[in-house]
Amino acid sequence: MQFFLQQCLIGITNGALVALVALGYTMVYGIIRLINFAHGDLIMLGACLALSLVSGFGLAGGGMVTTWFGVVLLVLLCGLFCGGLNVAVDRIVYRPLRNAPKLAPLVSAIGVSFIFMNVGLFWLGPADRSFPELLPPANLFAGEGLQFTAKDLLVLVVVVPLMICLSLLVKSTRLGKAMRAVSQDPIAAALVGIDVDRVIAFTFFVGGFLGGAASVIYGLYINTISFQMGFQNGLYAFTAAVLGGIGSIPGAVVGGLVIGLVRALSSAYVGERWTGAIVFAILIVILVFRPEGLLGRGTKEKV
Amino acid sequence: MTMNERHSARHDAIGAVPLRERVMAFIRERWELVALVVLAVAPLVVPALGGALGGQVTTLFIYCILALGLNVMVGYTGLVHLGIAAFFGIGAYLFAILTVPMYPFQMRFVTAAAVSVLATAAIGLALGAPTLRLRGDYLAIVTLGFGEVVKVTLRNLEQITGGMKGLNPVPPPGAGVVIGGIDLGLAFAIDPRWFYYLALAALAAVVVAMRRLEQSRLGRAWVAVREDELAASAMGISAIRVKLSAFAMSSAVAGLAGCLYAASLSTTADPNAYDFNRSIMVLCAVILGGLGSIPGTLLGVALLVGFDTVLAPWADSAIQQWNINPSGSSLLSFSGWRLAIFGLALVLVMRYRPEGLIPSRRMAAELHEEHS
Repeated sequence: MQFFLQQCLIGITNGALVALVALGYTMVYGIIRLINFAHGDLIMLGACLALSLVSGFGLAGGGMVTTWFGVVLLVLLCGLFCGGLNVAVDRIVYRPLRNAPKLAPLVSAIGVSFIFMNVGLFWLGPADRSFPELLPPANLFAGEGLQFTAKDLLVLVVVVPLMICLSLLVKSTRLGKAMRAVSQDPIAAALVGIDVDRVIAFTFFVGGFLGGAASVIYGLYINTISFQMGFQNGLYAFTAAVLGGIGSIPGAVVGGLVIGLVRALSSAYVGERWTGAIVFAILIVILVFRPEGLLGRGTKEKV
Repeated sequence: MTMNERHSARHDAIGAVPLRERVMAFIRERWELVALVVLAVAPLVVPALGGALGGQVTTLFIYCILALGLNVMVGYTGLVHLGIAAFFGIGAYLFAILTVPMYPFQMRFVTAAAVSVLATAAIGLALGAPTLRLRGDYLAIVTLGFGEVVKVTLRNLEQITGGMKGLNPVPPPGAGVVIGGIDLGLAFAIDPRWFYYLALAALAAVVVAMRRLEQSRLGRAWVAVREDELAASAMGISAIRVKLSAFAMSSAVAGLAGCLYAASLSTTADPNAYDFNRSIMVLCAVILGGLGSIPGTLLGVALLVGFDTVLAPWADSAIQQWNINPSGSSLLSFSGWRLAIFGLALVLVMRYRPEGLIPSRRMAAELHEEHS
């Protein structure tokens, strides 16, 4: 029982991280129906920047306050970096293809992901790089038997407020309303005076910002980064987004948590090497029996 | 054909057609035949094709077959398939299981190839049947996920697939068959030209089959579904069945490529030979060359394989020779930029020439149509 609970805890923290990445996929898909293949590699670049900043400023040696302050600063900087990069890619690559057939932006996204991967290869080198342990490994639940360290706390401390901010942004601001309008019908949105391109750019920024935050947490939590990490993590996150119902923001969170739990439990009970196959088998089963996902609404193909 | 006739009719009226123009017209019209003859004669003229180079060209032919298989799905039917390497791998492993000494089957080459091609098509059908009602981009993800599942399974089922070592030795085609005093198995094992011709014959057969398919009822139904699924259904085409047949055909051709691959290497190689990277590279080849275009697909494969085996090594050695990069920095090595060059090529092609280098006329018209 103890072991099971521990695995669930690992799954939830992992899942929160997956959810943060999944949000980037789901928001972009929700607004322009594009599977942004480059999102995973964008996060890899964020992790590159985080590693460079950590070693550049020697953050590893500081005290408790400096460390936490530094982490928050890292999240902000990497978030801005990834958000900005995402907006630039949208402006340069995807925007000219807005009216092209669906295949064009999808293939371009694969191309962008290759370019990012090459940049990451130059930045990190071909081997795995270890990310410094900034947070003390001590257990916060003294005597309880369950392991819950500062790293796990960090994930929740960063992820939960970001998600609350995001849902407030989408639900209660003018910009959020514009985002929802564009995702429902871009032409009608433009007719009522919404600057569609700006709303799309903003969506890319928010998705990228969340991805940048995820990249910092990934580095601090998993402690190993490589130029190839984007592909696999992107796939897991995309699976989460589809599982929850792509285009749905709460869906991405639920999907992320489910994927995190599945990964943790299958690693513990079936074996680490089968995890990938199990996650994708679940994805295929979900798509076959409930293509709209757990929380998504069914959509009909329109003429 | 008709264009040729029209050309010559006009020229007859004016006078004699210059020989050069007639030759060029013949090459344009009958490029498959010209290429086939050139490639068939090449090993007799270029002795290097009997050595390592012959092996590389054989692999190129096999990738061409694989890409033509993918083209059925992505090009003709317009379904994004991101896991073609999985079917390539299934074909290779089934073929190996049916032929290697460690299993009791040990079938002849042709029987084993036929069985594994059919079985690969059946697996394609089994995956396609439940997933083809999904929207296009979901299908992309299902095929991608299936590719990962297959790779992981091949890697982990060590008792059946040999894990990272793969299955070997796969016997050469015609092992034990003696025709006219030539032991075919031995001939294949010794002289790479035998495989060169086998792969060339297979490629020619696939090209001819694709040409015929393109113009058949089924091929036109594929294109109709790609252009407008609703309109096609309204005309009485069963979209699901048409897509399913495209999926099965793609899988079968990829399976055939897998059989040839395993036979030519005499091993299945390790499961990483059938990963996402391979799928994406084949997809890139089809897209760069021209979706739905047979010559385009072949050119795309030739360019991509040529990049890796000819251009990149040449540029790297040139950089070394001219001493541009004395510090050995990876930034100044040409092959270090491989991914970025491919990525940039994809982005630029999609932006400026989405129909590819040698477009199919219909696809070009479709891609340049103004969408609202």
